[in-house]
Amino acid sequence: MVEVKHITKSFEGRTVLNDISAVFEAGKTNLIIGRSGSGKTVLIKNIIGLMRPDSGKILYDGRDLTAMNKQELKLLRCEMGMLFQGSALFDSMTVLENVMFPLDMFSNDTYKERLKRAQFCLDRVNLSEAGHLYPSEISGGMMKRAAIARAISLNPKYLFCDEPNSGLDPKTSLIIDDLIHDITAEYKMTTIINTHDMNSVMNIGENIIFIKEGVKEWQGNSQEVITSNNKALNDFIFASDLFRKVKEVEENEIKEQNKSIK
Amino acid sequence: MNKALHQVGEYVQLMGKCIAIPDRWSMFFKQLIKEIYKLGVDSLWIVIIISVFIGTVIAIQISLNISSPLIPKFTIGYTTREIILLEFSSSIMCLILAGKVGSNIASEIGTMRVTEQIDAMEIMGVNSANFLILPKMVGMMTFIPVLVIFSMFTGILGGIAASYSAGTNMTPASFEYGLQFYFTEFYIWYSIIKSVVYAFIISSIAAYFGYNVRGGALEVGKASTNAVVMSSVMILLADVIMTNLMLT
Repeated sequence: MVEVKHITKSFEGRTVLNDISAVFEAGKTNLIIGRSGSGKTVLIKNIIGLMRPDSGKILYDGRDLTAMNKQELKLLRCEMGMLFQGSALFDSMTVLENVMFPLDMFSNDTYKERLKRAQFCLDRVNLSEAGHLYPSEISGGMMKRAAIARAISLNPKYLFCDEPNSGLDPKTSLIIDDLIHDITAEYKMTTIINTHDMNSVMNIGENIIFIKEGVKEWQGNSQEVITSNNKALNDFIFASDLFRKVKEVEENEIKEQNKSIK
Repeated sequence: MNKALHQVGEYVQLMGKCIAIPDRWSMFFKQLIKEIYKLGVDSLWIVIIISVFIGTVIAIQISLNISSPLIPKFTIGYTTREIILLEFSSSIMCLILAGKVGSNIASEIGTMRVTEQIDAMEIMGVNSANFLILPKMVGMMTFIPVLVIFSMFTGILGGIAASYSAGTNMTPASFEYGLQFYFTEFYIWYSIIKSVVYAFIISSIAAYFGYNVRGGALEVGKASTNAVVMSSVMILLADVIMTNLMLT
């Protein structure tokens, strides 16, 4: 479980995160949503320790990241996996070498064991045939899957995903969402996903935090999103015609159900 | 002035982060071999080609400019040797390598920065500066002296080739005598020591500009240019300082 308590972050006098508190539960896909520039990326960067908050605490199963020294932070990072928006695979390494990289750096296993683990991770994301290829030789969806394989190679307790579906077609996005969801449940990881993809919100949003202008505006799950009366959330989620129609259909169904009960 | 001081501070901090014991020696040596091959061995042909031609041109130009009967013919070989050993093979060759290798390092690390590959390493708990920059620095400092020795050898061979060509007023025998005349071994060591310092300058400055890129492809290009300009200036400055310290 990851918990943020009263996080505040400012840049040159401009407050980007204002007193944000939230709990991200283990075994669930936790989503941070919000418009571009709302502070999502700054929040996730604070949570993973790439930035230091001005005030507040970030607790990893009770361990405060903001109070850790370099060595403690290094140990904690071995428990983290991260999927970046652009995949961030190392260009000079093959897919298999990318997945083996964290193992080579931190595992004390033999080469055979490391190779076996890397191949298992590639197999888990259905990429066992692409191990010998370089990132430039595979598609965007395959890159995301390879990055997921690398992120889970050390069997992390915490998985962070920054815009995992950006640049992907809807079908591939669904595959990536399902993969992240399944892996989260399978390994009981605390997964935090930074997204503004509404399909992801509806599909895998087990715990959703909506941020508006650096303030936590709303928290709930994908079912509660539909019925929420929060205006800012509704303006954000139902900005497209498609989702407005989905909401209307859902609300009509609820009304009819209520009538039939009466 | 403030910006310059800020950059110096950032550079020192980066070096502090970079010059540390590697997390895994096996990974360090793997990277080191890759870097020696990529930055050093791949530069061998350009070094040989430039040195042969410049050695030839130096010998021809000196022979054309020394036409006085009072100056002995072996002066051509002697002067060619001194130019190649003292300045060309170390300083000028490293200025050329600053362009080739410096831009390569800055653009490689800069691209890794803007595509979040460096952030990915940091998240994993890897000291990215140490993992990426240290092997480049050690590789360059190990292999550039080898390139300098190749440059000296092939530059002098170019001069010898010129002495055999028609149209110059030198003979191979006088040129070879000049090459051996009043030879000072220390000049070779002086060149090698200079090249090690230049290798550090090229790799560390290029890595600094690449590592601190913010933005996109345009900034990577700017960083690459800045790296070459700054390392060239620093090489010239270091040349003056080391020449004063070691030869006067």
